[in-house]
Amino acid sequence: MAEPDPTIRYVERGGTSVLEVGGNWTVFSLRGLKQQIDKARRAAQGGARKQASVVDATHVERLDTAGALEILQLAGGPEADIQTAEQHAQLFKVVKENMCVPPKPRHVDFLSHWLEELGHDLVDLGGQITNLCAFFGEIIVVFVEACVNPRRFRIGAVVRQMLEVWVKALLIVGVLCFLIGVVIAYQGVQQLRQFGAETFTVEAVGIGMFRELGVLLTAIIVAGRSGSAFTAQIGTMQVNQEIDAMRTIGLNPIEWLVLPRILALVLSMPLLAFWGDMTGLLGGAVACTVYLDFTFVQFFDRLRDTVGIWHFYTGMIKSPVFGFIIAAIGCFEGLQVKGSAESVGQLTTRSVVESIFCVIVLDAVFSIIFLLANV
Amino acid sequence: MTVEAREAAEERKTVEGGQLVDHSDGREVVLKLRDVRTQFGDHVVHDHLDLDVFRGEVIGLVGGSGTGKSVLLRTILGLNPLRAGKIEILGTNTRGVHGKAEQELLGHIGVQFQDGALFSSLTVADNIIVPIREHAELDEPLMQSIAALKIALVGLPPDTGDKKPSELSGGMRKRASLARALALDAELLFLDEPTAGLDPIGAAHYDELIGQLRQSLGLTVLMVTHDLDSLHAVCDRVAVLLDKRVVVGTMEEMLAYDHPWVREYFHGPRGRAALKQA
Repeated sequence: MAEPDPTIRYVERGGTSVLEVGGNWTVFSLRGLKQQIDKARRAAQGGARKQASVVDATHVERLDTAGALEILQLAGGPEADIQTAEQHAQLFKVVKENMCVPPKPRHVDFLSHWLEELGHDLVDLGGQITNLCAFFGEIIVVFVEACVNPRRFRIGAVVRQMLEVWVKALLIVGVLCFLIGVVIAYQGVQQLRQFGAETFTVEAVGIGMFRELGVLLTAIIVAGRSGSAFTAQIGTMQVNQEIDAMRTIGLNPIEWLVLPRILALVLSMPLLAFWGDMTGLLGGAVACTVYLDFTFVQFFDRLRDTVGIWHFYTGMIKSPVFGFIIAAIGCFEGLQVKGSAESVGQLTTRSVVESIFCVIVLDAVFSIIFLLANV
Repeated sequence: MTVEAREAAEERKTVEGGQLVDHSDGREVVLKLRDVRTQFGDHVVHDHLDLDVFRGEVIGLVGGSGTGKSVLLRTILGLNPLRAGKIEILGTNTRGVHGKAEQELLGHIGVQFQDGALFSSLTVADNIIVPIREHAELDEPLMQSIAALKIALVGLPPDTGDKKPSELSGGMRKRASLARALALDAELLFLDEPTAGLDPIGAAHYDELIGQLRQSLGLTVLMVTHDLDSLHAVCDRVAVLLDKRVVVGTMEEMLAYDHPWVREYFHGPRGRAALKQA
């Protein structure tokens, strides 16, 4: 807001030097104050500016706390001798009483800062691992209890979650796997044609989709779609103290929130992965009819003859494990949420990154196992 | 006033601005509501609502649960759509104010939300600096010292400035939120249940603080409150939300006002206790 600028003058008055301020001293008029001060200091005689022990603020027109604070700071602190107009006396008093030096930000050199951060991270990691172990322990306990008393499996909740994570994911998984099938077939035809082996495209699509791509793509989509949703849902409940409320009522959040989600995802992942495999093959078959002049029947005949059933089984074996790890990480991070909405966002991101990371590591482990088992 | 509104006013025996008795005394009207209607779907929350707030006064807005106190506050602030009527803040009609004019208007009002609504990713000091940076662009050290002053002013310990809102207790968040509302020494301050959830000592301190600030800064305050002690301690007038409108009057006028809800509110056991104290 445009307001008349504050004025500053150093004057001699009866032997003492006086700092005279006037005009408007509000938060909107203080913008160019620094230049003003410098100008006044230059204009003043050498002696005056050092020893302005008295401040005359009687000519100040409008004043607010920011202005009063700045005048007091110019005067050298709350003890300064200030003459004020009557209507501003109260305001100066309030500001004087509450004035304080803003705490200086702590400066640390690079190395100690880095060490401090590293220490914090390590401690956090330790705590995280402990929490994770406790979490898995709790899941196992609740699962065993539920096996004894199957009513505690909360079938209703499981079915509701399956609608979200399975049925509603069918479209996106189908479309993406179909496209990947097309892409692999196209690349396969291009490369294999060079040595006249383009019919092997069928094996490339079949084995690729069954063993790795179908289940991996599905897992990544599910991690981004459902794992993050789990963290956000449970995290929001944590922020709203809903989880605390559940505990005081005697409901175990693991039984009510975590187990149904894990079960739903463990059941849904194989179904989704199967669906992904099939749409991927369809994509490959469509691409082969275009680039290779195959018919659908030729494509699937060759698939049956050359791609063994174990390629399909390996993918199917992996999928429930991936489902479990995605759901467990999603729920675990949701329960780690503390305090604010900001933490929900942070942990949701972390949950997605961690679950994709774990899925790929587990995939590598599975490869080794299958290699050793010779399938 | 429309014919309907005038009829309604006669029926409620109010004069201009929803007042029982005219208290304007030639003072400037800093907040003026005329014929305001708020509605959500078919549910009409306020209808033909008139309210005048004069410069330098503290008005307490009370009303039963669900009568739309917070909704009215949000409507005034433009956070709810205004279905009909007119709202003037500091002489500016809020309908159709855009761009620079809107920014300027916002620089002169301060709002304290019920649960603080502090920006969770910023420290308390940075929260207070945000409006200053946006509207006044001062030097960094000056802004820091203003933030420190406001923190002290609302009675928070100096190290609060470096903390994140999530590290504060509910009462401290309320104070920090007030500090942010006061960052620009707003002429018009809106407080939503400022003392709810504070202990009685803290609440009394808070009332005292509002009184002090009003005296020294010439603040005008509209506060939604249920705290009868606050009403007695700092409020010059009380605005009661009744049947989708407000009726404004001093404490004495309200005590004498004949309406079942008002009678129960001010003459109930809690009302009497607060009155005895005051």
